[in-house]
Amino acid sequence: MSSRIEILNEGGFRSDGRRQYELRDITIDMSQQGTADGSAIITHGLTQVLVSVFGPREAKMRSQTLYDRANINVEVSIASFSTGERRKRSRGDKRILEMAATIKSTFEPVVQTNLYPRSQIDIFVQVLQQDGGLLQACINATMLALASAGISLLDFVSAVTGGVHSTSPMLDLTALEENDIPHVTVAVMPRTGKVTLITMETRLHVDRFEEIFKLACEAGKVIHGEMRAAIRLRTGMLISAMQSVSQNAGEKEDEQMYEY
Amino acid sequence: MVDITIRKRPRAEAVITQRKFFKKTARGKIIKVLRERYLRDDVSCGVLSCTECSGEAVLSLDAHLQHKLFPSGHFILPDTNVFLSQMDLVESEMFTTPMVLLQTVIEEVRHRSLPLYNRLKALIKTEGKRIWVFYNEYRMETAIVRGEGETPNDRNDRGIRKATAWYSTHISSTHRQNRPAVILLTEDAANRRKAEAEGITTISLRRYVEGMINATQLLDLLAAAGSDEIEPTKAVEGRQALYPDYLPTSTLLAGVKAGDLHQGHFNADQYNYLEGSVSVQTFSKPILLVGREHMNRAVQGDVVAVEVFDETEWMAPADEVVDQDATLKNDDADDSGEEEEAVVDAESKAVSTSPSSNKQPTGRIVGVIKRNWRAYVCHIDSTSLTSSNSTSLSLQTVFATPVSRLLPRIRLRTRQAPTLIGQKILVTIDRWGNTSRYPEGHFVRALGKVESKEAEQESLLLEFEVPYRPFGKAILDCLPPEGDNWVVPPKADGNLAWRDREDLRNLLICSIDPPGCQDIDDALHARALPNGNIEAGVHIADVSYFVHPDTPMDSEAASRGTTVYLVDKRIDMLPALLGTNLCSLRPHVERLAFSAIWELTPDADIVNVRFTKSVIASKAAFTYEEAQIRKDDPNLRDPLTASIRLLNSLALKLKAKRMAAGALNLASPEVKIHLDSSESSDPIDVEQKEMRETNSLVEEFMLLANVSVARKIQESFPATAVLRRHLPPPKTNFEKLQDILKKRKGMVLDISSSGSLAASLDRCIDASQPTFNTLVRIMATRCMLSAEYFCSGSVGRDTFGHYGLASEIYTHFTSPIRRYADVLAHRQLAAAIGYSPLHASLHSKHHVERVLDVANRRHRMAQMAGRASVEFYVGLALKGRGEKQGVKEEAFVIRTFRNGVGVFVSKLGIEGLVMFKRDTQFDPDNYTITVPSSTKGLGDVMISVFDKVVVNIEVEKDRNTQRGKVKMSLIEPVDSRAL
Ligand SMILES: [Zn+2]
Repeated sequence: MSSRIEILNEGGFRSDGRRQYELRDITIDMSQQGTADGSAIITHGLTQVLVSVFGPREAKMRSQTLYDRANINVEVSIASFSTGERRKRSRGDKRILEMAATIKSTFEPVVQTNLYPRSQIDIFVQVLQQDGGLLQACINATMLALASAGISLLDFVSAVTGGVHSTSPMLDLTALEENDIPHVTVAVMPRTGKVTLITMETRLHVDRFEEIFKLACEAGKVIHGEMRAAIRLRTGMLISAMQSVSQNAGEKEDEQMYEY
Repeated sequence: MVDITIRKRPRAEAVITQRKFFKKTARGKIIKVLRERYLRDDVSCGVLSCTECSGEAVLSLDAHLQHKLFPSGHFILPDTNVFLSQMDLVESEMFTTPMVLLQTVIEEVRHRSLPLYNRLKALIKTEGKRIWVFYNEYRMETAIVRGEGETPNDRNDRGIRKATAWYSTHISSTHRQNRPAVILLTEDAANRRKAEAEGITTISLRRYVEGMINATQLLDLLAAAGSDEIEPTKAVEGRQALYPDYLPTSTLLAGVKAGDLHQGHFNADQYNYLEGSVSVQTFSKPILLVGREHMNRAVQGDVVAVEVFDETEWMAPADEVVDQDATLKNDDADDSGEEEEAVVDAESKAVSTSPSSNKQPTGRIVGVIKRNWRAYVCHIDSTSLTSSNSTSLSLQTVFATPVSRLLPRIRLRTRQAPTLIGQKILVTIDRWGNTSRYPEGHFVRALGKVESKEAEQESLLLEFEVPYRPFGKAILDCLPPEGDNWVVPPKADGNLAWRDREDLRNLLICSIDPPGCQDIDDALHARALPNGNIEAGVHIADVSYFVHPDTPMDSEAASRGTTVYLVDKRIDMLPALLGTNLCSLRPHVERLAFSAIWELTPDADIVNVRFTKSVIASKAAFTYEEAQIRKDDPNLRDPLTASIRLLNSLALKLKAKRMAAGALNLASPEVKIHLDSSESSDPIDVEQKEMRETNSLVEEFMLLANVSVARKIQESFPATAVLRRHLPPPKTNFEKLQDILKKRKGMVLDISSSGSLAASLDRCIDASQPTFNTLVRIMATRCMLSAEYFCSGSVGRDTFGHYGLASEIYTHFTSPIRRYADVLAHRQLAAAIGYSPLHASLHSKHHVERVLDVANRRHRMAQMAGRASVEFYVGLALKGRGEKQGVKEEAFVIRTFRNGVGVFVSKLGIEGLVMFKRDTQFDPDNYTITVPSSTKGLGDVMISVFDKVVVNIEVEKDRNTQRGKVKMSLIEPVDSRAL
């Protein structure tokens, strides 16, 4: 027996007390972090990710400058204390590079890069704590940080993981669950219903896949609601803080925020 | 669409919603693990008519309980120990009190014992048991966190008390009247004191059972551990230890790791109850354990840790038969603590073996790593009763003698002793303390009168752990709703049953099976092709069309693993509707099949092979005999007969090829029992099974199909293909047989490869004894390992081979109705040909390994059960034939002992022991004994292994235990009854 913990017991509870379609607690902190133009910390259960966005700013390197649109640059770092087992991952680690590439390709079709020619947008993703759903947290935090930096986006993006235990689908997996069952991460654009990302490292039966995919799209909408509320809250705070300075600026920012 | 929500976990409650602990990884690293817990208020209490909780509920107020202490109705809430030590009681049909089962309890049981956990899970689902699983660890009010310095045990006890208290308040707030009491059942006196202080109603299990209306029967089911309610008494303390103490588990594990100790399964010796052995990897021969003290309370199947003595102290196994019933017959069940001199004497005599050349590692058991106790079929030893007055209800301590010779007698306390005499009963072992010579156990239930067929049959199934309950509703619901009226739907576009299926209804397909075969899972065809080659096909019932992964029917079949054939009963792996009808390839009806079709040259070389799902309509169902007669009748020229002849000619060539490649032709003593009629099932005769050419015909094509399928699925799913292999036997297994053959017959057995073994077995011929060769083959078969299923990704590629068949790869594909491994092979083959995607579980190595472990075990058990059933009927047949004197039969000596010989009666396929009352001149090195002739003046007679003798066989009932025993005595060359 590899694991003595039941993934889904007969009473329909998962090992942490959730039911199949219940997502973990989400907290969002969009307060300013250092000199970043936009930043967000998102916590899904015990997985926590901080994303800082710089830009759009003038591209530093010629070679990377695109004359007609902005270049998106993603860097991921994983804090050595983020898992129980202390392990240092270098920047060149294959998994880290792959994750950065995934985040980049998720947002490339969403960010209106053509509005910012010859500039670059830097996204720094820091994984503070890991307990499953890492990619989902990275994407959601990136989304929030981009929004807080005021970068124009075509649509919102929200991501969620889903897996199948035997024939029962379940959402938002913990590390324990990810180790045990086949799972996918799906990022959707809730308004258009488009899917910008789907990843799967394990094998999954076709019929099961369709089921979990549909569920993940639905769950994406739920997470979207949570993220939108956080943005509104943040905007509200900014507005009240800025009202004394300039009313117009506040309105403008407000407008932009609601575009997604 | 389902309702998707986000669960909130307030940070303020992190103390109880987060759990931090440290865990050691396999590599020895310590890691910190943080886990969340979401607490909820919607975990249902399960009480019917609860106004607060919604959903399912099973706990009802029962007016019929009539418990003396709780007349107005109640629920019980047992703690973990109740399930760990008293599962038999809780499982009893008479124990019907509605019960709350806490998550904490389930998890603790799971942590402590997997077999008990599995029984607990089955118990929850048992109809008639009202058990509500309450997930207390997820409910806001009942979840607790382990305090600092609190042991896990104390934490769980506290959690159980808290849940009990919650139930009381919850019920009183949701029920105005008729409030049931919730009673905490625990054997732990300290826990009871704490509970009482917290205002919880609590009671020990014994006292609770005493108040029940059926207390007398139920109290017997109470395990021995539950009897010492108070504290261990002086009586126990005063006793002197008969066995050495076990070393602590940590010491054992460290010792095993360091190589100082050896771990393995304990095997009792079937001839000598004072000897046992443990096979370990370090030594080629098993470690011998001599004497009670060195076997140190190990019971057949336990995983033990052994310390091996210095090589100077190694011994050879005893050459004597020591029967525990005879040696220990005067032992008193009541005070086995006292060593009786007579016993010690007898035992020490039995233990002192002569030094002989066959020394093997010898040692002693220093600890038990895992007990493998289960329920055993026993008889009560009538001499151990103090009062046999049939109306006596006094509590007596008696001996139960297990049917299996490998088990020790079990001491048990019962009030029903007199009524249990002459019955087969089920007994479990509860404990074996070092002051008690025998293990202590308790009575589970009676199976029925000894020698009644029902009792014998059930006890056989229990003894070999064959699941034999009728299929439940959930399983039967998986069958096609049309039932017996199901037919292959008409061929039309878009009909799912016909999707990607070849229409082979016009082929001349037939089946060949033993007479009366109901589950026909294979059929064959062959026809000449225009290019001079031959097309041959094997068509197997398409079971996977009906049995889908992850259904109740599938899991049941997986856990049954195989159909079990007893002489007069078949215990199906799949419901009979499939086995004997929808999946049975009966003649003249259309059936779904999975076909393997080859193009073969006239020399039986494979040109190509393809696999396809198909629809067939068999043209005839032959018995082996009918097919043989048809084939041999020169007047028959019909195409069906021609196809049988074609198949036969190919089979002969296939067989020749296998033999040339070194396949073994092994013999097993197969006998057939003739039953009088299906109703009475009285055996009238026993005969050896006849092998015809057509048996071999079917066999060759099945082997061909299995090999071809094995190649295909291994190629498609290299990590998880379901295969079967037969490892080459270790050379040491043959040492003894080689030595006997050399010394007795001057023959040599070359075991360097399966081919050379086959060739040398062919040369073992004694012109004067035509059956000698068969005997050697039987003995050689016993030196081999058994074949096993395995997952292709779990073992090295070089160990895939099937030794007996001399094939580099093999699987089981041809009997999916009666073997679960075949069902898996079907699914993998279907995926390999792109018919359907492979179910996720069959991509998982872990899952495949687990399922095949079960299949291997069930397969082994089924074989043993089948053999035991034959033995039982042979006994009955002998009784029917032999009247008073018994039956005289020819037999061969297969083993010699100081005080007897082991013989094999080939005509009946049974083995027996002939015991001499007095010692003989025994020469262990030459496998001979010399006994004085029974006729005066003729001098001594020497008997050696392989000698043909005549024995008298009678079935004798042991007067005390009622155990039916085959008793054999020698008639020729000497009459052993005079010895
Ligand atoms: Zn309730």
